[in-house]
Amino acid sequence: MSGYIHLDYPDLAIAGLLVVANAALSIALQLGLARRIVVAAVRMVVQLSLVGLVLKVLFATVSPLWTGLAAMAMVLFAGQEILARQDRRFLGWWGYGLGTGSMLTAAGLVTVFGLTTQLRPDPWYHPQYAIPLLGMVLGNTMTGISLGLHTLTSGVVEQRAAIEARLALGDPVRAAMLPMVRKALKNAVMPIVNTMGTTGLVALPGMMTGQILGGVDPGEAVRYQILIMFLISGGTAAGAVAAVMGGVRRLTDPRGRLRLDRLGPKRGA
Amino acid sequence: MLEVENLSRPGLGPASFRVEAGECVAVRGPSGAGKSLLLRAIADLDPSSGRVMLDGVAREAISGPAWRRRVLYLAAESGWWGETVAEHFQDWAACAGSAERLYLPGDIGGAPVSRLSTGERQRLALLRAVERRPAVLLLDEPTAALDAAARDAVEALVGDLLAAGTAVLWVSHDEAQAARVASRRLVVEAGRVREVEGA
Repeated sequence: MSGYIHLDYPDLAIAGLLVVANAALSIALQLGLARRIVVAAVRMVVQLSLVGLVLKVLFATVSPLWTGLAAMAMVLFAGQEILARQDRRFLGWWGYGLGTGSMLTAAGLVTVFGLTTQLRPDPWYHPQYAIPLLGMVLGNTMTGISLGLHTLTSGVVEQRAAIEARLALGDPVRAAMLPMVRKALKNAVMPIVNTMGTTGLVALPGMMTGQILGGVDPGEAVRYQILIMFLISGGTAAGAVAAVMGGVRRLTDPRGRLRLDRLGPKRGA
Repeated sequence: MLEVENLSRPGLGPASFRVEAGECVAVRGPSGAGKSLLLRAIADLDPSSGRVMLDGVAREAISGPAWRRRVLYLAAESGWWGETVAEHFQDWAACAGSAERLYLPGDIGGAPVSRLSTGERQRLALLRAVERRPAVLLLDEPTAALDAAARDAVEALVGDLLAAGTAVLWVSHDEAQAARVASRRLVVEAGRVREVEGA
């Protein structure tokens, strides 16, 4: 293993021909996808280029303020994405606040934990480590929380009669909601559990392959990947538990009633 | 026994009435008038204002679940959370005798809920409620899906509970049934609840 191969713009342009070929195929077969393919590809190029510029500046300054602001912006965007993935949203600020708050807490704690105890860059918030680490933890935590909340909020509406039958018989909220909580948490953590189970056999993770392409020793890249997987699974589980338990609390009240009036109508129905 | 004073919630005006131990009060009124809302509010399944007391104890004095065990609401179409019938009972074996009395097969305890008819579900939901031994039963059209024989059996079963001191509020669309089972009646119209004399 030696060094790393520099990419020039003409190299990217040649690879970009594949997207052009995709679009041409779509036009030839009248799939109606050409425009979407091109728009998505252009967005990807623009977004990544901007991120590259932002990261360059961040790495050059190593400022806790700018690093913190960049991290906060990532969390807020991810919170919006969680909200967008819910068919039924909590009314009021809970709609955005529950998912975003759970994600901020879980992903934030896990990222700081990884930075201060295992990676230990100097300073500990060095953006070269903090931002990519947060990005990886955030992406997976976001998916877990989205799935958990989506399962919970759509499930309580579908299972309303069964839940209320138990409440009407005098069962406590905990017992009546337990099947729903189990299902929501299972759906939330299943993707990361499945990924851990197949990583290395079916797929090589992007970060690890990226490091190997960058010239890092495979043994070193594997250790990094294992650390990241542990951090991701910890963040996803913690975030999903916080969001689902917070959701159950919001969907019930101290009198042990089901409060579906706190959920908005189904979107796009 | 059950005292309701100025009970109101969205869609239901202030309602005040009493139901004594061993008494059955029929609740009548057109569909959508608020009969189910009234029963749900009494059972504290939805937020409401006003005073509801059982034997002189306000419902706020005890937890929601404890209140609902004493003042039990049975929905017209009750929900099921387990695979088989028996999972929904605390002690199915003790209820099997009552099930046969309601013309349900003796081995229905092991049957999957998904295979039950609407009428079977309705009778089993009643047994499931009775098993908890509530002081007040709030029945929402408990015989709507039943044939005459099963309906009579349900009325006889509730009659035994009344004789043992249970108070019952019974929503029924059937005038003849209301006359058979109840000694008084409430009428709910457009969310307003009033007592009608001479039932």
